[in-house]
Formats: sequence, C-alpha cells, structure tokens
Amino acid sequence: MSGAPEPPTPGRSGKGQRVADRPGVSMVPPAEFRSYYGRPILKAPIWTDEVPAYYFAGGLAGASASLALGARLTGNHRLASGALTASAAGILASLPLLADDLGRPERFYHMLRVFKPTSPMNLGSWLLTAAGPAAVGAALADRLGILPRLGRAAEVVAGVLGPGLATYTGVLVADTAVPVWHEAGDQLPVVFAAGAAASAGAAATLLTPAADAGPARRLAVGGALADLAAVEVMRRRLGDLGTPYERPPARRFANLARGFMTAGALAVGLGGRRRTGAAAGAALILAGAACQRFAVHKAGIISAADPAYVVGPQRARLAARDGSRHQPATGA
Amino acid sequence: MAEAHPVGFQWVMEAKARGAQVIHVDPRFTRTSALANLHVPLRAGTDIAFLGGIVNYILEHGHEFRDYVANYTNAPVIIDERFADTEDLDGLFSGFDPESNEYDPATWTYQDMEVASGAGSREGKLGIAEHHGMLGGRLEHGNPPHTDPSLEHPRCVFQILKRHFRRYTPEMVAKVCGTPPSLLVEVAESLVANSGRERTSAFVYSVGWTQHTVGVQYIRTAAIIQLLLGNIGRPGGGILALRGHATIQGSTDVPTLYNLLPGYLPMPKASDGDLAGYLEEAKLPAGFWGYVDNYLISLLKAWWGDVATQENDFCFDYLPRLTGDHSSYPTMLGMLDGKVKGFFLPGQNPAVGSSNSALHRKAMANLDWLVVRDMAEIESASFWKDAPEIETGELVTERIRTEVFLLPAASHVEKDGSFTNTQRLVQWHHKAVEPPGDCRSELWFYYHLGRIIREKLAGSTDPKDRPVLDLVWDYPTEGEIQEPSAEAVLRECNGVGPDGRAVSGYLDLKADGSTSCGCWIYSGCYADEVNQTARRKPHWEQSWVAPEWAWAWPYNRRILYNRASADPEGKPWSERKRYVWWDEEAGKWTGHDNPDFVATMRPDYDPPEDAQAEKALSGTTPFIMQADGTGWLYVPNGLADGPLPAHYEPHESPFPNLLYGQQANPTRQVFDRPGNRYSPAHGQPGAEAYPYVFTTYRLTEHHTAGGMSRGLPYLAELQPEMFCEVSPELAAERGLEHGGWATIVTARAAIEARVLVTARIRPLEAGGRTVHQIGLPWHWGTNGLSRGDAANDLLGIVLDRNVHIQESKAGACDIRPGRRPRGPELPRMVEDYRRRAERAGAGPDGSDGRAAEPQRGGPGGGKGERA
Amino acid sequence: MSTTTRTFGGGYGDAARPRVGFFTDTSVCIGCKACEVACKEWNLVPPDGPLGFTGNSYDNTMALGADTWRHVAFVEQEVPGAGAGALQPAHPDLAAEAAAAAGLDGPPSAKDGMRWLMSSDVCKHCSSAACLEVCPTGALFRTEFGTVVVQGDVCNGCGYCVPACPFGVIDRREDDGRVFKCTLCYDRLSDGMEPACAHACPTDSIQFGDLDQLRAAADQRLATLHADGVSDARLYLRDEADGIGGAGAFFLLLDEPEVYGLPPDPVSTTRDLPRLWRAAGLAAGALVAGLAVAFAGGRR
Ligand SMILES: Nc1nc2c(c(=O)[nH]1)N[C@H]1C(S)=C(S)[C@@H](COP(=O)(O)OP(=O)(O)OC[C@H]3O[C@@H](n4cnc5c(=O)[nH]c(N)nc54)[C@H](O)[C@@H]3O)O[C@H]1N2
Ligand SMILES: Nc1nc2c(c(=O)[nH]1)N[C@H]1C(S)=C(S)[C@@H](COP(=O)(O)OP(=O)(O)OC[C@H]3O[C@@H](n4cnc5c(=O)[nH]c(N)nc54)[C@H](O)[C@@H]3O)O[C@H]1N2
Ligand code: SF4
Ligand code: SF4
Ligand code: SF4
Ligand code: SF4
Ligand code: SF4
Ligand SMILES: [Mo]
Repeated sequence: MSGAPEPPTPGRSGKGQRVADRPGVSMVPPAEFRSYYGRPILKAPIWTDEVPAYYFAGGLAGASASLALGARLTGNHRLASGALTASAAGILASLPLLADDLGRPERFYHMLRVFKPTSPMNLGSWLLTAAGPAAVGAALADRLGILPRLGRAAEVVAGVLGPGLATYTGVLVADTAVPVWHEAGDQLPVVFAAGAAASAGAAATLLTPAADAGPARRLAVGGALADLAAVEVMRRRLGDLGTPYERPPARRFANLARGFMTAGALAVGLGGRRRTGAAAGAALILAGAACQRFAVHKAGIISAADPAYVVGPQRARLAARDGSRHQPATGA
Repeated sequence: MAEAHPVGFQWVMEAKARGAQVIHVDPRFTRTSALANLHVPLRAGTDIAFLGGIVNYILEHGHEFRDYVANYTNAPVIIDERFADTEDLDGLFSGFDPESNEYDPATWTYQDMEVASGAGSREGKLGIAEHHGMLGGRLEHGNPPHTDPSLEHPRCVFQILKRHFRRYTPEMVAKVCGTPPSLLVEVAESLVANSGRERTSAFVYSVGWTQHTVGVQYIRTAAIIQLLLGNIGRPGGGILALRGHATIQGSTDVPTLYNLLPGYLPMPKASDGDLAGYLEEAKLPAGFWGYVDNYLISLLKAWWGDVATQENDFCFDYLPRLTGDHSSYPTMLGMLDGKVKGFFLPGQNPAVGSSNSALHRKAMANLDWLVVRDMAEIESASFWKDAPEIETGELVTERIRTEVFLLPAASHVEKDGSFTNTQRLVQWHHKAVEPPGDCRSELWFYYHLGRIIREKLAGSTDPKDRPVLDLVWDYPTEGEIQEPSAEAVLRECNGVGPDGRAVSGYLDLKADGSTSCGCWIYSGCYADEVNQTARRKPHWEQSWVAPEWAWAWPYNRRILYNRASADPEGKPWSERKRYVWWDEEAGKWTGHDNPDFVATMRPDYDPPEDAQAEKALSGTTPFIMQADGTGWLYVPNGLADGPLPAHYEPHESPFPNLLYGQQANPTRQVFDRPGNRYSPAHGQPGAEAYPYVFTTYRLTEHHTAGGMSRGLPYLAELQPEMFCEVSPELAAERGLEHGGWATIVTARAAIEARVLVTARIRPLEAGGRTVHQIGLPWHWGTNGLSRGDAANDLLGIVLDRNVHIQESKAGACDIRPGRRPRGPELPRMVEDYRRRAERAGAGPDGSDGRAAEPQRGGPGGGKGERA
Repeated sequence: MSTTTRTFGGGYGDAARPRVGFFTDTSVCIGCKACEVACKEWNLVPPDGPLGFTGNSYDNTMALGADTWRHVAFVEQEVPGAGAGALQPAHPDLAAEAAAAAGLDGPPSAKDGMRWLMSSDVCKHCSSAACLEVCPTGALFRTEFGTVVVQGDVCNGCGYCVPACPFGVIDRREDDGRVFKCTLCYDRLSDGMEPACAHACPTDSIQFGDLDQLRAAADQRLATLHADGVSDARLYLRDEADGIGGAGAFFLLLDEPEVYGLPPDPVSTTRDLPRLWRAAGLAAGALVAGLAVAFAGGRR
C-alpha cells in the first residue's frame, strides 16, 4: 500500500482534481499502478464533522441512560440524576447535529417513513425516536420532581435502549464500502461502546458529588482502558488497511485520543476522589472519546479516497480465491 | 473516421466484425487507430510517397487486376511523344511555365487526340480546374487512336506509370514518410490480398488528404491504386470522401463554388462569347457530357423561364462571367486591399476556421458592411469588439468602420431540406420544430431578400437589372413566417417537361427550351411528382442495396460506373461480387442496382463512326462520364499540376524532397505579403528556426470553428481547453510539462495551449532525421464557454491550384514551454522569430519572399540535397 | 437480509417486468462520448463544471457522480506487439522477399505497440444493491424492471448511500441536497423506449435489453474474442455468484477492472450486516457487564 500515490483530495464531488494541480505528472500516465489515474474508486463519505460529533453525543446519551438506570436500581439517586442530565444533554445535542448534515433537513422525518432492518441508520432513527424523548423526559421529571412514576418508566426505557444507542453507530459506519470501516466491522461497535461508557462515566463524574460517583469513576476508567485496548486490537487486525489512521488528519485525532484517554484514566483512577482530579480527568476522557470518533471518521474518508485501499485487499481476496492475480474478474 | 464521423464509423465496425481488415494511416494514433487492425504512422504531408509506394509494389510484383486494367482503364493508351515525366525533368512535367507557375497540358495528351479545347487549358489561365474528366477529340470505335492492349508500348500509360513510380520503393518511402518499410509491405500485401475477382477494398479519406498543396493528387494516387486493383464500380470498393458539414456534398453538386454552375457545368468566363461559343468548348463528342446543351439550356429555362428563348440564347448572357480566381482566400485578400466592400457570411466562421484567421479578422475589419447569419454570436461577428488583435493593439474598435449585421439562423431541425452524403444519397429531412424568435432558414432569407430587391427594382429600365427582374421567383410560401417551400426548390432541381410535369431523369431533357431543370444530375429526385428523397423504407423490407431508401444521383444509382462490376463479356467477375450483369435472354443489363449504362447496350457494342455522346462509347467502357469511357490512371487534361501524382513537400516543410529536385508543388498558389509571411522551407536559410512539423485536426467533442460546440456546456466540458499533443521525447527535448502550458510559434503567429504529452504521438525516423510532430485541434476561439487560441492563426495561406484548398494539414513551427506573451509583446515575439530566421539567411533582405517563390526547390533544394 | 432485494419484481405482482440491463462491450467503444451527452440531454443533468483540462488522456469529466451518470474512461497503454500480425499477406513468399529486399526491421506492429482503451461506465444496478439496502428513507427502490432508482421526492440527502456503493457511483448534488445517479431511464422504459445512452451509441458498445439475453450475447462475444486471440477479454459483473449477486449493467473489459477505475472484487456491504449486528450485540452486552462491575464496586 505504501507504493500508492497520494490520493486526490476527496472534494465532496468525489471528483479529485485537475492535472494542473498535480505536479510531477510527466505525461498521460501509463497504467502501471493499477488504478485509473489514481482516482478514488469509491465516493468518500460526504458527512461533515457534525456526524462524528453525533457519534460522541449519541454514545454519551445512550451509556449515560443505562448508567442512570443502574444507579437508580442500586439506590444511588444523586448519581442517577447526574447521569440523567448527561444523557439528556447528549440527546439534545444529537438532534441538531443529525438534522444539520442532511441535504434536506426539513425531510428529517422521512427517516421514519419506513422500518428497514437493512439500514442501520433507519433502525438508529427509530432507537433515537424512542430513547431520546424518554431520556429527556426522565431528566426533566427528575430535576423538577414531577410525574415521578412516568419519570421512572422513562428512565427504564432509555436505560434499556441505551446500549443500543451507544453501539449502533459502529454498525452504521461499518455497513459501508469504506475499507477501513467495513473491514473493522467486528471491532468498531466495541470501540464505540467503550468510548460511550468512558464518556458516560466521565460526564457523571463531573456532575455528581465525588462521594456518590464511585461507579461513574470506575466506568470512566474501565471504559477508557477498554477503548484504548479495542482501538489497538482494531488497528492490529486492519494491518495495512489501518494506515489511514497514520495519515493526516486522522493521525492527529488518533494520537490526541490515545493521549487524552490515558491521561484521563490515570487522573480519574488516582486522583478521582478529589474534585480537581475528577474534573480534569473526566474532561480529558470526554475529549479523548470525542477525538476517537473524529479519528475513525477522518480515517474513513482517507481510505475511501485512495484506490489502493480498495484494490489491494480485493486483489488479495481474489488471489486467495483463485490463486492467480490475472484471472478474469468473473468466472465467465 | 471514428473521431469525426463516429456515426458512420459504426459500419466500419460492422465490416470489421465480419472480418474486414481496417488499416488507419495517420500521423497520430487516434480513436480510429484504437479500433483499427493496424495503425500506420507517417510524416504529415507525405501520403503521395506512401501511396506511390503501394502503386510501385503492385506494379513491380505484377499484382494489378490485368483484365480490369487492360479493358476498363486508359492503361493501353499511347501518350503524345512530347510528354516528359517528372523522372525526366527532376520533378516537373512538360509544359511548365516558370513565369506563371502554371502548366500548359498540351503535351500531356493522348497521341493524335486533339484536346486543345479541353477543360484544362481554358482554365489553366484562370487558375481554375473544373470540367471533371472532360476531353475533346474523337474516338475511333470507342477507342483513342493509339493503344497497345498488351500494355508493353513504352509510351503507353501503363509503362509510363511503371517508370514514374519505380523509385517509390519501401526504403524510399521509409526515408520520406518515416514509415517502416515492413509496414508499407504489410499494407500493400493486405490490399492485394483483399482485391481481385473475389474481393474488394475501399479507401476512405477526408481532409487529412485534401488540405495540402497537393491534395487533389493524393486522391489521384488512391484512384490509381483502386483502378489497378479493380476496386472501382464494384460492391465493397471505391474511394469514399467523407464529407464535412451536413450536405457539403450537396453544396458541391448545387454548388456554392464560384466556378461551377449546378451539376458541375463550368461557369462561363468573360472570354466565352455566346452560348454557341460556350457549348463549343463544354460539349463533348463522347460520353454523357455530350448533352451539355440539354443540361445548360434546361438550367437557363429553370432560372429565366419564358423570358429564356432561342432568340436571346436562353438568357445565356444573364449568367455572370468569371474574370479570375474568385475563391475564398483571394476574395478575403480583396477585402484587405479594399477591393471587396461587402460580404455575406452565412454559416461560416473564418475568424477561427480559415487559415491565417488573424488576417481574416483584419480583412473583415476593413469592410463597409458584413452580413453574418448564424445561430451564435461567433468570432466572425464579434471580432470588432473582442478580436485578439484588439488586445495587441493591431485593431482599435473605434477605428473599425465595418457595419456588422448579425442575423439569427434557423438550424437544420427547424427547416425542411435535403442532405446529400458522400455516396450521393440525397436524404430529405423534415422540420421538427418552428425556428425560435427571429431565426429564419437560408431559404427564407434569400427568397425574401430577392423578393424585396425585385420590388425595389420594379419598373427599372436599366438593362443590368433585367437578370434579376426576369428571374422566375415564384416559390410558394407556407405558415405565418412565409417560409418558402423547400420541396418546390427540389422539384425545380428535378426539372419539368413540356407537359408541366416533373421529368423522370436527365435523359428527358432537351436543348430546345421545352424542358427546365435546376440541376441535371439531380434530375429524377422528384420523378412522378414524388419527393423520392423522402423515402424511408427500412432495409429489411427491400434488397440489400436498399434502392428505396432516399434517392441517389444520378438516376438513383448506388454505385457509380457499376458496369465495371461485370467482366468485358458482361458476366460478374465472381459470384461473391456480382452486382450488375448482362442478361443475354432479356438482351439488357440487369442486377441489384440500376445499371449506369444504357441498359440495352450490348457488351460487344462497337460504336459507329458518327455516334454521339454515350453511343460513341464502346460496350466495354464503364466510365461513362469520361470522354473515352475509361478510368484514368493518367489524366491527360483537367488537372493544374500534372497528369500523374508526384511527391512534393509541403510549402513550409523542414524536410528536403528526397525524390525530386523540385521541393514543393510548382503550381501551388502562394500569397507572400505582409500578414501572410512564410517560414523558410527546407534548403532555405533560417529553416532551422521552425524545426517541428505540426498538423491540425478535429476532436469528436467539438465542431469545426466551435460556434456549434464551444457554447454548449455538455460539449464544452468534454474538451474544455485548447491543447497540443506532443510525444514524450519532444516534451523532454523542449522541457514541456504534461498539463502545463506551451507556446507554438510560426512565421505568422504564436498561440498557447495546454500540453498533452502522449505516446500516441511518436517521433519518426525519416531520412536519417527525427521527425517531431505536434498535434493541434483547431476548434478554439475567443467566444463561448470554452475559449482558447485559434490554431488557424498559425497557418499561412498557400493553396492547391486545382481547388484552392489551403494547406492546413502540414506546417512548420517551434514550440516552447510556458504561456505566450500578452498585448503588444505578442506580435513583437513573432517578429523576433522571423528576424532570427532572416538573419540566419542571406543578410537583411533574405526575406520570406524566397520561401514564397515556387522555385525549383530553392537554393539547396536541388539534387545535392538528396541523401 | 439482502435477499429482500434479490427477488426481482418482487412485490410488483403482475406489474413485474423482465429484468433489464446493459451489456457494455468496451472492445467496440470508440470513445465518442455520445452516451455521456445523450444522458445529460435526456435527463436534464446539469453541466459537470468547473471546466478544466485534466491531462488524463481525453477524459475531462473524470468520474461518475451526481452530474455525470455515464462516464467514458480513456486509458493509454504501450503494449509491445499490440495488433502484431493483424494483417495476413496475400503472398507470404513475395512479402518475405520484399521484406528482405527492404532489409526489414522486425514485426511492424510491434513498433506501434499502442492500446487506447475506452469504456463507458454507469450505475451497475446491482442485484444486491448496497445503496438501496442502506437507504433509511426508502428513497432508493427497486423498480418493476429490476433497476435501482432514487425517488427525488423522498430522498432527504442523508448521504448514507454514497459510501455504501462499492463502485462510487451515487453522489449528492450539493446545491440540491439530494443524491442522483443513473435511473436506467426509468421514464423511457415505462414508455417502451430504450435508454438514451444505448440509443445514442453508434457502435452498440452499449447494448440494452433483457438481462438473460444480454448475458447470452456477452458469453458469445467473449468466446469470439478469445477465439480471435484477444486473451485479455473478460466479463465483469456478469456472474451472479460475485459479491453483488451480479449486476444489471455488466461489462466486457480488455484489462483488469481497476485499470478502468472499477473495483476488482466488489462486495455489497450489507452481506455482512448480520455479522455486524452480532458484533454490536456483543458490544452492548459488554457495556452492560461493565456497568454491573462498576456498581459492584459500591458507591464510593
Ligand atoms: N466531431 C466532429 N466531426 C466532424 C467535424 C468536426 O469539427 N467535429 N467536422 C466535419 C468536417 S467540416 C469535415 S471536413 C470532416 C473532416 O474529417 P477528418 O478529415 O477526419 O478530420 P480531421 O481531424 O481534420 O483530419 C483527419 C486526420 O487527418 C490526420 N492528418 C493530418 N495530416 C495528415 C496527412 O498528411 N496524412 C494523413 N494520412 N493524415 C493526416 C490528422 O491527424 C487527423 O487525425 O469532419 C466532419 N465531422
Ligand atoms: N487548421 C484547420 N483549419 C480548417 C480545417 C482543418 O482541418 N484545419 N478544416 C477546414 C474545413 S474542412 C472546414 S469545412 C472549415 C469549416 O470552418 P467554418 O465553416 O468557418 O466553421 P464552422 O464552425 O463550421 O461554421 C459554420 C457556422 O455555421 C453555423 N450554422 C450551422 N447551421 C447553420 C444554418 O443552418 N444556417 C446558418 N446561417 N448558419 C448555420 C454554425 O453555428 C457555425 O458557426 O474549416 C476549415 N479550416
Ligand atoms: S454529427 Fe451528424 S454527421 Fe456527424 S457523425 Fe454525428 S450524425 Fe453523423
Ligand atoms: S452501483 Fe452503486 S449505486 Fe448503482 S446500484 Fe449498485 S450500489 Fe447502487
Ligand atoms: S441520500 Fe437519499 S437516497 Fe441516499 S440513502 Fe439517504 S435518503 Fe436514501
Ligand atoms: S440509462 Fe438513462 S440515465 Fe442511465 S446512463 Fe443511460 S441515459 Fe443516463
Ligand atoms: S459507449 Fe458508445 S456512445 Fe459511449 S463512448 Fe463508447 S461508443 Fe461512444
Ligand atoms: Mo469540412
């Protein structure tokens, strides 16, 4: 893959650029490197930064809802309301982020025109439609101390759907032709789940008195460590396909994520009982979780824009299948 | 062909699918080459050498189709002993006059067959060559007086041909064309393999062959090959001239050419005197030109109707008379010199499309008035405000006094009319939509213009107004825009008999004024009062010749000279290739097509002494338009530059003529004057300043001068910028960067283009020298969505004397990296180049004039040059 | 799951029509781009600006996209010996003799070893069409002809289909917000007309028709070419066993797919969807377990 030419910057038209902006091209290139003028085979995702931001907010909301439910069941009511607040905040942040990235935001509700199991985005929309109001309602009921029974019911709904909300986005990105996403299909949900857990824990740690925040701190640290591990596993499994994480701009986010997560885990783990330590550590973990989502997002764009990531593995697959690189592309 | 005739090319692809060998001869590897079995690269401007090599290969190895050649061509004819060949005169034929640079063809004639009144001589003086194949003199029993059927006589055409091409060996071809000898042999062998009784081969050419100072002789060489191999008048054979604009063939038949009347009748010249005098020269004793009186008088009747009578010579004197060369380029020079004050430009864009387009822009800026009819505001209509010369300061808008009238034209889908294609097939097209706004058809414009002029002249007693006032001008009009009926015009072309009904063909025409006919060769297109050209019977409902699809002139004949598809006895040469044949029982010619022979003329018909016209031709001579009925391997008359093709270098060639001392075509028309300077050709001092060959051509994505394509977003985006095609080797030599800019410089101009470095252009080794060729599409100009410099600014005006076509396919230039200078810097740079060339030459006055004189090769152009 | 879209005409009942598609035989493409233009003309597709010279041979529109539904690729290759021995001499002996006389230099065509591949690309109308399957709104649907079409009045521009397509076909038109691609001229098909691009193609490089007939024709053509020694010829996406269940628009290529900008072994991403959901399930479970552990540690 290293031999691959720098990919044309994926303009959102996905059309790459004109030769004049490609110095060093000496003539109509011979078809040595088996690609069409190094142009993308795939169209890079056209999603803008709102989308990774949503992965973060949605994950936070989902995991926080479950954390709140757990707290409620264990009678830790202060932690419960902290987590509920975080969950509601996550939900409220998600909606504009999602709508904003649509080409036709006013048609947001078309997502619910159908129920379509083959579309993670469709299922996600249904999840959000169920869990979102529940989480927000629960938080309100808890804060204002009104409609206690209804509030509790909502907490249960949101808490149960929470893990789904925190993981479906992993499936959503993996269910594309983008090599660095699709090939990591087994790990991405784990990465997203771990990140969600870490951020939920961190948020609750911030919003809950230290005395009641033990479970949150453990969730934060555990989640952070899980996240670091899961990412490591994912990139090992990807091998060459994972190199987009080493190319800008993904690299920066990946490194920041690793740094923040590690530091945050340490801070919370060692100094989490003290206000400042907890605050600083929690903030770091939240930042780390967010950066991790951005790293995944950017890596996806890079890998889609470079035909090498498409041709390489598919050729390997073919070679493995019929033992020869020069077999026709079909058995016919 | 795939590039410029993609729709027609589908038939080549079909032939290929059926096993045909497709060979593409082109300096560049194009989309056509990509689909061909073989691509043959050569140096632009050297095809006569290449084709001559094939002629030589055929003759040296005795591959000619003997029975065909001996019976159907003029191979056996013995030529006047005064004739001297280029082999004898080092590149000139006998009869050359160095003063006028013209030939007197008197010595080229058949032995004892008087041709003084033939077409060529009368036109030589005017520099016009028309009257295709016309020839005076009498035949004896259908044969010229002296022939040698054994083809052995040293002065018979066959032997002359052999001698003439003997030095065109594969090695010589390689030296001249840069084409590997093996390729020539491969091509020749393939042609031979696919010709003869069982098989036929076809040549397809277009302007890659015509736009040279020797263009006509290119086609002649192909004609010689096809006659030698027996590929004319037979299915699957022929030479197909792919035409340009839709119905450009039609505008040659019913001509927009200044020196022709409809149906290739010669335009009378000032010295012609009266009708009798004209017919004296034009009417031939043998062949179908024997009826010129019927054709011309019927034409006069069509134009002046009842006013045209026996008494007044049928208004023959109303016809304009030629006083000289009024072809396109001299007319433009007339504008420059203030001799031509007004100009109609209906459907042409010389500001981009004509050689030395800058000069055309300046010429138009020197008119009193200019009428442009077009569908877009083309450069030729907007030059007064945006010509490049305004940026360079050579033109100043305020000082241009030309009054420009830009009138919107209706397109072909907005009017009825006919398209005539290369196969002489006249196909009717119906209006699909009404023209928008003020857009009007040509027919509408000229009809109503004529009507208004006649109204203004009404009652005039001035005799010079008579021709206009007496014209039959009564076309019926339709609709609210008063569109004249195009079918009425077609019917006029067809002709009308004494009974007032459409005639069935030109054999019905009379010289007594009882018939009228607007174009004798089209006679029959409206037979039985039916628009025959509008027939659209699908091929699966008729024979494979599809005679009921539209209508072909003459007489709906799909293959001309089809008598040649049968042997002298009238039997098909082979079952595979049977087309028309003699049916002894029925006592007439029959077959798949309409025989272009008098149907009842026996194959063994021997014309009596007093026979006239077609009856003066013997039963075995298929070429019925020729005065001797044969296919001319050797042209005794009618061509301005010789009876046989000889290789000459292009006017500005940086290469020597390795075959003759004569460097370039001695009869080429040159116009050496300010604004049209030439670069020194090979052997002239300073030639090194312009070391590279360039050629110009089309892209599928654009149309000609761009008025119809550069303004359309869907086409503009496909080829958005002017570019040049160069080889990797040249790019390295000159430091050109792929995708960057280059500036191309000639003696006239410098233009800029994006650089496309491609292996499709390959340097050739010719005569121990590397030929770098530069490819330039010529579609760009200053208007439209996709703009760029015009390749035609680079070209000088130098013409083939036969047809006055410019040499736009082979020029000399220099190329350098980077964009061209802007403003006044630009002409200065071009001037510097020329000065440098001159300084390299014989001192300050080593002027370009040298290059211009078509002298015998010029200094150093002589024998010494031949390596 | 993708099986839902493999039963063609499914749900159309009597309205279901035989599945149609394209067989694009690139071995007869002359690169005239009539298909590209005809498509834009018929479908009123906006120009594909900005204008610019790419230097990529004669290709200046570069790729399929929201504003280019047919795209003609141009690939220049130097292939020593291409077309060698294309022509058989009539008199091998004489030819040899002449060659000898001329002191000949190797097989001629080898000197001109040039190939110029041209190929018109289009939406593949996949049998298992990832774009369609991931579309959350149902805007992308399978027509009664078995083709894949976007409903402009439903699409909300979520953009999910864009990275889902293994061929990079479908794309969003930014000033419009919705995605666009070849409709296989749904409107023309409904009126019994052939698609505009196929109609315009002078050499029948684009053949339109019932899919099974096209496949038969393609096998025929491949056999012919192989018999003629064109060993490079291969069919692409003709095989129902491939990663997209075969395409409605398949191709005859003269080189590897990636040379034309096509993926060598495309797979519809939704084939792995069950696996992906399982992974998500495990991840969710792990999250719950993690929570349990966290609480097990007590309140402080
Ligand atoms: N798309 C499109 N189609 C067109 C037109 C158009 O502008 N665009 N124009 C129409 C018109 S008006 C005409 S006249 C025809 C012209 O049709 P063509 O004659 O096919 O057009 P050109 O591209 O000018 O020239 C053809 C080829 O001649 C080659 N050539 C140059 N010099 C030489 C030479 O010395 N010898 C040989 N053997 N080849 C040479 C060039 O490389 C070029 O590939 O096309 C018609 N069709
Ligand atoms: N360097 C170089 N120069 C060349 C050539 C070359 O190969 N190389 N080729 C030469 C050849 S073959 C030709 S034919 C010429 C062509 O050169 P031109 O004829 O000067 O250029 P075109 O663009 O064909 O001009 C035709 C114009 O007619 C307009 N038009 C179309 N239909 C109609 C109609 O129905 N009525 C009216 N009134 N106008 C209409 C179009 O919009 C267009 O502007 O160029 C010649 N110039
Ligand atoms: S433009 Fe007209 S003439 Fe030219 S190829 Fe197309 S159909 Fe034929
Ligand atoms: S090619 Fe892409 S856009 Fe077309 S049907 Fe297949 S997945 Fe959808
Ligand atoms: S962009 Fe439109 S068509 Fe594509 S997935 Fe979203 S809704 Fe469906
Ligand atoms: S089928 Fe119709 S929409 Fe699709 S590419 Fe062809 S013309 Fe365009
Ligand atoms: S597919 Fe047909 S129409 Fe399209 S470029 Fe090739 S030959 Fe022309
Ligand atoms: Mo032309």
